[in-house]
Amino acid sequence: MTPSPQAEVADLHDQPGVVSDLIARFGENCTFQQTSDGIPNVWTSRENIAGVLRFLRQDAEHPYELLFDLSAIDERSRKNRDGQPHSDFTVFYHLISLSGDKDIRIKVPLQDDDSSIASVESIYPVANWYEREAYDMFGIDFDGHPNLKRILTPPLWEGHPLRKDHPARATEMDPFQMSDEFKDAQQEALKFVPEEWGMARSTPHTDFMFLNLGPNHPSVHGVFRVALQLDGEVIVQAVPDIGYHHRGQEKMAERQSWHTYIPYTDRIDYLGGVMNNLPYVLNVERMAGIEVPDRAQVIRVMLSEMFRVASHLLFYGTFAQDVGQMSPVFYMFADRERLFSIIEAITGGRMHPSWFRIGGVCQDLPEGWDQMVIDYCDYMPKRLDHYHTMALQNKILKRRSVGIGAYNTEEGLDWGITGPSLRATGHDWDLRKKRPYSSYDQFDFEVPTAENGDCYDRLVVREQEIRQSLRIIRQCAENMPEGSYKAEHRLATPPPKERTMEHIETLIHHFLNVSWGPVVPPCESATTIEATKGWNSFYSISDGGTMAYRTRVRTPSFPALQQIPYISNGFMIPDLIAIIASIDFVMADVDR
Amino acid sequence: MFGVDWSYLLILPIVLGALVAALVLVWWERRVLGWFQDRLGPNRVGWFGVLQALADVIKLVTKDDWVPPFGDRILFILAPVIVAGAMLMSFVVVPLDAHLIIADTNIALLWFLAMSSLAVYGVLLAGLASNNKYALLGGLRSAAQMVTYEVFMGLSLLGVVMLSGSFSLKDVVEAQEEMWFCIPQFVGLVIFVIAGLAETHRLPFDLPEAEHELTAGFHTEYSGMKFGLIMAGEYLALILVSCLIVVLFFGGWLGPGFLPGFVWFGIKVVLVINFFILLRAAIPRPRYDQLMSLGWKILLPLSLLNILVSGAVVLWMAS
Repeated sequence: MTPSPQAEVADLHDQPGVVSDLIARFGENCTFQQTSDGIPNVWTSRENIAGVLRFLRQDAEHPYELLFDLSAIDERSRKNRDGQPHSDFTVFYHLISLSGDKDIRIKVPLQDDDSSIASVESIYPVANWYEREAYDMFGIDFDGHPNLKRILTPPLWEGHPLRKDHPARATEMDPFQMSDEFKDAQQEALKFVPEEWGMARSTPHTDFMFLNLGPNHPSVHGVFRVALQLDGEVIVQAVPDIGYHHRGQEKMAERQSWHTYIPYTDRIDYLGGVMNNLPYVLNVERMAGIEVPDRAQVIRVMLSEMFRVASHLLFYGTFAQDVGQMSPVFYMFADRERLFSIIEAITGGRMHPSWFRIGGVCQDLPEGWDQMVIDYCDYMPKRLDHYHTMALQNKILKRRSVGIGAYNTEEGLDWGITGPSLRATGHDWDLRKKRPYSSYDQFDFEVPTAENGDCYDRLVVREQEIRQSLRIIRQCAENMPEGSYKAEHRLATPPPKERTMEHIETLIHHFLNVSWGPVVPPCESATTIEATKGWNSFYSISDGGTMAYRTRVRTPSFPALQQIPYISNGFMIPDLIAIIASIDFVMADVDR
Repeated sequence: MFGVDWSYLLILPIVLGALVAALVLVWWERRVLGWFQDRLGPNRVGWFGVLQALADVIKLVTKDDWVPPFGDRILFILAPVIVAGAMLMSFVVVPLDAHLIIADTNIALLWFLAMSSLAVYGVLLAGLASNNKYALLGGLRSAAQMVTYEVFMGLSLLGVVMLSGSFSLKDVVEAQEEMWFCIPQFVGLVIFVIAGLAETHRLPFDLPEAEHELTAGFHTEYSGMKFGLIMAGEYLALILVSCLIVVLFFGGWLGPGFLPGFVWFGIKVVLVINFFILLRAAIPRPRYDQLMSLGWKILLPLSLLNILVSGAVVLWMAS
């Protein structure tokens, strides 16, 4: 077990570097909180927030370039928060300094009757959508925000879904009825008024055309809408609109036991399969203090990398398809199919096996798995060479994607871009290398990067990543450690059957663990992994119950879509399609 | 003067034949694409799925005949008729064999060019009459693309005309007894194939309907048999362009004597069509402005140069 992770109010001045700097600058009204993930948490007042973030961004010893996450916590019914300042709603800012390899979480307490805070959109542009989301979900007002409107729920939604007093189930509400007035009001609210989207109807010499690309369009990869202001076919302004795929993943986490939430995570990035389970189970394991056996760790790595290959193959194929090349997608789907048959043989599931468990994986590997895996690793590189000539070296494909939608590393970090898309700008940050989790430090692989950060480079990086993932998968297959596939821990594994038949205490324990689910001690923790599309993070808060008090899911696709206007204005519609294709997003991952 | 021109009797078989060929081609293309792409393609209806296209037609005919209330009703109905009609009219001048030709006129090539220009109106009107933004963009692209490619489609054929000394397709074929024009007029052939692709709106030149950009482009609002007519028009265009490539550059019905001429003609046309299908499977779609600059900056000067060189050679041979 880890030492009791509940907020320890440590001596602030003992804290290293940036925390003591913060105290020195912003006075003693800062409170320090330690969480199980080792990230320093600093509570500050809302008057200070802009100053604190500006300091961290610009003047800190290692500047925090990336606003990784911003959301809120409804603290009103939370019991275990010793040492933390009084708060009804807590807004938290998770910042990462890539240069210093450091994280920090800034928290601001707000009271129910006056929950407003200054917007930090001018310091971190990526905050724009995150603040809209926090407004939508918690009703927190961000003063000075340029466009504080609902983002995930429909414009006329009543209430703020992630507040604890908002119903979580249909049975907690009156039966839904669609009256004519309701329908008319909704229709009226959906009318497209260019001015509301920040678009002018005309200039002295031009009348603009407005085009709704989506939410149902062949190449927006799901239910995603971009409102376009067009001058001919040239995009004057592109404004993305999301929320059509919102299912309330974070709300659902608050009414599922720690175990039963695992299948929900699969559906967040639905192309990532068990890759989504990984940050969640890693996080819960850290909160519960569970050590995972080597074999389980390597199995997890192998399965995760298989899903990385599957996801990148789909990206590769649909990219070629979106620039008009018809065939590659079929070849890549066929290869993905082969991979799914291996995944099916191992897990029994295909796209969403939900196969990781807290403390390990669901089952041991089946007989003969290694030959299947090695055969695939032998087969795939040749196919990739073939696709390289067919798609990657195709001159028309290059013309459609080189120099289109480019951004550099700084711009990428401003907009919260992580993962392969950031590596396409030449930045080699890969969490598997820099902060190895689940035994990634034991593997030999490279981190592919590119230079220009355009659509083509994003494709090249992912193509190279498929090869590296295959290397990792092969190493897993050749060096699979012996041992148990799950941890011997009371929160993870049921007690041995023989003992439950003899000891009433053990039987009770078994019964409660199965019927209620394990109880995780009160603590907070966030875990980030290098998922298929960028960094995926789960930030869970346990209030000592069988369910999470709050689960924050930070996905890579959400900020990537926010960036679309800034990399597509001035290009043409076909370029926008290439840009959308190159972002590699999944709407389920955006809206959650 | 009192003789009956029996060639009129050919009209019905050729029109029907062209329509049936278009139908079969829909199925054949899907099968071939399936083969190229490691999948099956339609194989359920009839022998090897050959009746699939028929099933599709039945579906299209029985569908609700919807005209968008926000569009221009008359033009909306007229547009598919123009698309398919213009293509069918062009078959009038195609010689299947030395005698299997409806009208052996001395303006055959001009007739073909005129008809294919007319088909542009169909596409343009479809885009305009739909009163849909995607359709409008498709129509605009189509207009620009066609204007560009019509220009050097005509120019690319002038070399052939110079070599054969006639606009009559029958004369063109007969002039190829010695050597098929694909050798002396190779540049003309390449340009004509590219222009033909643009003319038939096929990948990589399917910008007017570019699915991934404009959903379905100019025919976004079309459904039922009106959509069917547009599709038929496109497949007819593919057959027509293939026929013309064979007639103009591959010696039409000419071939060793053990098979009748029209069989040779058919074999060659099928090969050309398969080449077009292969292109569709292989090549991505360039951007609209890239297509335009390819047309105006490369293909147009090239076809002018081709005319110049061909003319010089013809004059030199004659003198």
